[in-house]
Amino acid sequence: MRYFYFPGCTLETKAVGFNRSAKEAAGALGVELVTLPEWNCCGATFPLSTDNVLDLAGPARNLVSTAEAGGDTLAVACATCFNVLRRTNHFLRKHPDTLEKLNAFLERPQPYAGQVEVRHLLDIFVHDVGLEAIRRRAVPGLGGLRVAAYYGCMLLRPADEIALDDPERPGIMDALLAALGAEVVDYPHRGECCGAYLTVKSPEASMPMSYRILSAAGRAGAQVLATACPLCQFNLDWLQARLRQQYASYQPLPVMYFTQLMGLAFGLDPAGYGFEQHYVDPRPALAQAGVLGGIRSP
Amino acid sequence: MRVTISVEQVRSEWVRRIEEVSGQDVMACYHCGKCSAGCPAAEAMDLLPNQIIRLVQLGQVERALESQTIWYCAACQTCYARCPKGVDLPRLMEALRELAMQKRGDHLEIARLDVQALAEFPQQAFIAGFRKYTT
Repeated sequence: MRYFYFPGCTLETKAVGFNRSAKEAAGALGVELVTLPEWNCCGATFPLSTDNVLDLAGPARNLVSTAEAGGDTLAVACATCFNVLRRTNHFLRKHPDTLEKLNAFLERPQPYAGQVEVRHLLDIFVHDVGLEAIRRRAVPGLGGLRVAAYYGCMLLRPADEIALDDPERPGIMDALLAALGAEVVDYPHRGECCGAYLTVKSPEASMPMSYRILSAAGRAGAQVLATACPLCQFNLDWLQARLRQQYASYQPLPVMYFTQLMGLAFGLDPAGYGFEQHYVDPRPALAQAGVLGGIRSP
Repeated sequence: MRVTISVEQVRSEWVRRIEEVSGQDVMACYHCGKCSAGCPAAEAMDLLPNQIIRLVQLGQVERALESQTIWYCAACQTCYARCPKGVDLPRLMEALRELAMQKRGDHLEIARLDVQALAEFPQQAFIAGFRKYTT
């Protein structure tokens, strides 16, 4: 299986461990991710005003590039990039007038016709590779590590455009983690917003949003929380560095990318997964659960 | 507080522009309150999400633009997912933010941000934040 792959800006910097683990975990399942040539930033938010056509040009350019390179699918790891690219594609398919404008603006040899499918890696792993194949490959597995699957906004909403899972009761990441040998915990707030970009100007508003999620997952017995979004990862992780400073008794909950857990479950070498960049280092919790033992080279 | 509601205000140019930019019919909302009940940012807001719609319905656009609520909406789409009338409230909030910035300028002074925090943030946060808070 071979797909064009869109890393996005944050996976090249703050979330290099997400990028690396995504590619290696995919490789272990026979999925080759070919980085899209000359990809550009998706814009990080889908423009919500009807007269904002220009902000669609950035994400649209990636769709055109995929089509030009002969691809029919653009695979995305970052939940936010996935959301923006998928919504843009959906919008262009429904608005031929806007598509025509953008084609004229982008001046590419072949006009884009909406033929590319934007898909998240979770979708590709669970539906193209399949849970049974993942279960077979999951040696040594996660040994019953208790994981809270956190979805946030971008993998779920708006449901008619994203169409990956039930927006009120999502389960695709839980199914993947269970196939890796994790014990997934049931907890509320799994699809609620972490505060996203509010953290830039109004951390006093975003921090309680992040805390509710962490607290619910912790109370449900999670040893780690899994995410697919670098901004969720940052918000949930960064807050805990502050909580630890403030409250000596605070019990930290490592926030990991689901692909890092895949790499560990497949027995891949996690060097380069960037654990040392996390504010809450996941290694003690992983070692305690016996998940960091038995590592072998890829 | 005395509030004068007039046909002129309800049918004002401002209301028309908000409906055009958001692509939403504000009169579709019948105030069941599901948006406000489920909004994860509601505790930071001075007005609840459905109260913002109510102000626009009544032509009280200035009051909606003065509210801090529009800046605490993270466009998480929870309200839209649950709205029985299919009102895309995140689009309405976006239209109000744009209008507020057209009238009063950017909501964020980049030079005033905490430099230490800036060094920690993923650039995804900035790009999204600058898009929402500046024109």
